[in-house]
Amino acid sequence: MCLAIPGKVLSISGDDSLTRMARIDFAGVVKQASLAYVPEVKIGDYVIVHVGFALGKVDEDEAQKVFEYLKRMDELGELEEKSP
Amino acid sequence: MKFLDEYRDGELAQQLAREIHRVTTKPWTLMEVCGGQTHAIVKFGIDELLPEKITLIHGPGCPVCVTPLEIIDQALEIAAQPDVIFASFGDMLRVPGSTTDLLSVKARGGDVRIVYSPLDAVKLAEQNPAKEIVFFGVGFETTAPATAMAIYQAAQKKLANFSMLISHVLVPPAIEALMSSPNCRVQAFLAAGHVCAVMGYEEYFPLVEKYRVPIVVTGFEPLDILQGVLMTVRQLESGRAEVENQYSRAVRREGNLPAQELIKKVFRIVPRKWRGVGEIPQSGLGLGGEYAAFDAAKRFGLADRRVEESSECRSGLVLQGQIKPHECAAFGGKCTPEHPLGATMVSSEGACAAYYRYRRQPVKI
Repeated sequence: MCLAIPGKVLSISGDDSLTRMARIDFAGVVKQASLAYVPEVKIGDYVIVHVGFALGKVDEDEAQKVFEYLKRMDELGELEEKSP
Repeated sequence: MKFLDEYRDGELAQQLAREIHRVTTKPWTLMEVCGGQTHAIVKFGIDELLPEKITLIHGPGCPVCVTPLEIIDQALEIAAQPDVIFASFGDMLRVPGSTTDLLSVKARGGDVRIVYSPLDAVKLAEQNPAKEIVFFGVGFETTAPATAMAIYQAAQKKLANFSMLISHVLVPPAIEALMSSPNCRVQAFLAAGHVCAVMGYEEYFPLVEKYRVPIVVTGFEPLDILQGVLMTVRQLESGRAEVENQYSRAVRREGNLPAQELIKKVFRIVPRKWRGVGEIPQSGLGLGGEYAAFDAAKRFGLADRRVEESSECRSGLVLQGQIKPHECAAFGGKCTPEHPLGATMVSSEGACAAYYRYRRQPVKI
């Protein structure tokens, strides 16, 4: 029910902040969603969409954190293995 | 798909799982709050990657499952009326009420329609001025911005033929209710990422302080959930209880402020009964003030009622994490997704349906 998936904003229509809509690409499936709650979003941004509304913009730097965490874990593991 | 596939990497998942094994020294019981997380955990077998010492309890975070029987019965009553178009998310159609379900009402001629967004129901109201359009407004904080906008737009457009039957529920009061229960076994929570995308996570700091329980805001993909578990176990093992955010690509501490503003404008906080759990104070959203006229229960003059649940269904205990789905005698025999006795078997996010679909437990016939 709280399923929300990331998609890429292809185009934006409407000027009024409450009725601004976007065409959003979900890996080839294109759907309309409201941008009423994400006034900062521009074409090319990734947004998280739930029941026809973008709930937020995906932060591309933060999106790398999981992989940075894993990399750090790996390096720490190697250090521990090397220490006597 | 970008921002999905990379979080399903099997090798990296194993790496996280190994780290969880390495840091776990004591038995810990965690609850994932959201049904979407339960679904992912069972689908990808994430719980099977974890050390035996870690128990995951599946929380009450499935709005379909916790919508009370009384409101399902109200929906059935409205949907059966002539001149009504009853619009709903698809997953509510097979939820059993006292005697029937919405799909059966539709089969008997009721005009029940599945919509993708609450705004589709507003459109139906514009296109069918001679009909009463009623939208079934069910969901957590994640869905509230959408239902709030539908009401707001209907008010702006002065659509007198639009109303909403509301069963909106809120997550933090449910966590509080679980933690204050004497039977509570939960030692830490994976908080629901998309609820927090809307509401932020300020609300969790007082809970962490009061109950000394770690809360980690967590996403929905396998790497998210495993990292959430790892962050939680690290806190538990070192005796910390903090709010942490694993799902920072989608969740900011303050949440989505424009969405919160409209929710506050349209809704007010009300007590709400949760199916299988009981009434939780201040745990729901209802319509008040200038938007009260859009309340379908009032418009159709439906009185509050009390209905008894099937005694065979133990979904209440499943929702509170006191039993696992396959420990119910009806599971897989009398109760299946085709013939559900309770809501946890209906929604794909319900713990019983997820176990039935993905978990090859010996099934009693």
